[in-house]
Amino acid sequence: MKRIWNAVLPLAVAALVLGAWEWAVAHWQVPPYVLPAPSAIVRAFLDNFSSLMAALASTLTVTLEAFAAATVLGVAAAAGFSQSRLLERTLYPYAVILQVTPVVAIAPLILIWVGFERINLALAIIAAIVAFFPILAGATLGLKSADFNLIDLTRLYGASRWQTLWRVRLPTALPYLLSGMKTAGGLALIGAVVAEFVAGSGTATGLAWRIVESGNRLEIATLFAALALLAFAGIAIFAALSLLEWALLRRWHESAIRAPR
Amino acid sequence: MGDALLSLDGVAKRFANGTEALRGLSFAVAPGEFVALLGPSGCGKSTALRLAAGLLMPDEGAVAHAAGDVGFVFQEPTLMPWADALANARLPLDIKGVPRGEANERARAALARAGLAGFEHAFPRELSGGMKMRVSLARALCSFIAPARPKLLLLDEPFAALDEITRWRLGDDLLRLWREERAREDAPLTVLFVTHSVSESSYLSSRVLVMTPRPGRVAADIALAPGRDSRLAPATIDAQRRISDALTEAMSGTAAA
Repeated sequence: MKRIWNAVLPLAVAALVLGAWEWAVAHWQVPPYVLPAPSAIVRAFLDNFSSLMAALASTLTVTLEAFAAATVLGVAAAAGFSQSRLLERTLYPYAVILQVTPVVAIAPLILIWVGFERINLALAIIAAIVAFFPILAGATLGLKSADFNLIDLTRLYGASRWQTLWRVRLPTALPYLLSGMKTAGGLALIGAVVAEFVAGSGTATGLAWRIVESGNRLEIATLFAALALLAFAGIAIFAALSLLEWALLRRWHESAIRAPR
Repeated sequence: MGDALLSLDGVAKRFANGTEALRGLSFAVAPGEFVALLGPSGCGKSTALRLAAGLLMPDEGAVAHAAGDVGFVFQEPTLMPWADALANARLPLDIKGVPRGEANERARAALARAGLAGFEHAFPRELSGGMKMRVSLARALCSFIAPARPKLLLLDEPFAALDEITRWRLGDDLLRLWREERAREDAPLTVLFVTHSVSESSYLSSRVLVMTPRPGRVAADIALAPGRDSRLAPATIDAQRRISDALTEAMSGTAAA
């Protein structure tokens, strides 16, 4: 019953808001280049369906490439840090610098260095920089959180560092890593969009470019349709990662287990 | 002490924070013995056990053991929450590269010996405190891999966090395991058991080493007579009295010093 309400209540709010929006636009005769009615947005979406889907595919490809790269690099760096405090002390500050420097400020440089002829690679690098830190931070904390008695036991059994990492540290880090990945998934999408904005029209082919282009042409309904697609893409990424988290943790981790009532 | 399985000789250990845990600690354990290391909290018992396992290095003195493999049980079960009982018990075998089929068979047998047959696929969170401790014990049994080599089982207050009824049952099971294994000619089981319970040491062990408060050393070495068939047998009560007296003396000895 509770689960049904969880779905019904947000949908009811959406219906209410959209209905009021539709009514208000008609009632006050708001010009479509200021605020189009929801029905106009749906029409714009259907009219531009194939081009919007191509743009979505382009943005999602960049996002997923960036997310995968950030995950691999973040976990690898954290694994390195867990093996050597010296390495961590030497390199962690640079990861922080990368994190706190606004990506819009680095993006033009990366576009120039990678080159506009390899625009998708440049976009993926920019988005990966944004997504990298939560994964690094989560994995680093997680790998360090392993029970030191358990680590002593593996030493007693003659485990190599690699075995200890694989059998004890990585599984301990999993909940922390997954939490970082959930944040990073959304950030990768934001990073991809920001990168497309910086790259400008004519180079990028993703949803952000469609938003800029539609804005310039005062096709506000198409702009809203692209915006809605972006929001749905973000929700889908978050939902997919939540599902992965549930699948990996449901048998053992406190976060996935309900207390018996 | 030439035939000792484990020997600590003039061992001293001071931690980086300045705490002097042990000074002049010497004792030896013969193959097949069940020795209790008894003392007040903070007397360095656990440190001595970690030294015996080779998890710590002494600042002074020498630690040596002749066991093929060492099993270790902590006060907490120290299990991997993401793995079921079978995979937890199997950990030493997995690390030593024993093929999965054989490792599963041995882990299954160890769980059965620890009283957990039928719980192979239960996760730690699904088990009670006593059952988790049994998984921990089964894992220690699985660490004895080298064939025909003496086995050394080190237990660090393994039952301290359990309720009394569970503690009694686990104590009896540990005693049974040791009795089955101690007489094996080629691979006798030797147990070194850290505890702060006089009654536990009087019933379970064949010898009790009473330690002084920190910095710990052995204040009394008490060999216990057989005939302690139950916790309330006259011989057990008599042993308790002797251990209590020695403990009181060890405590007051340092207080006066």
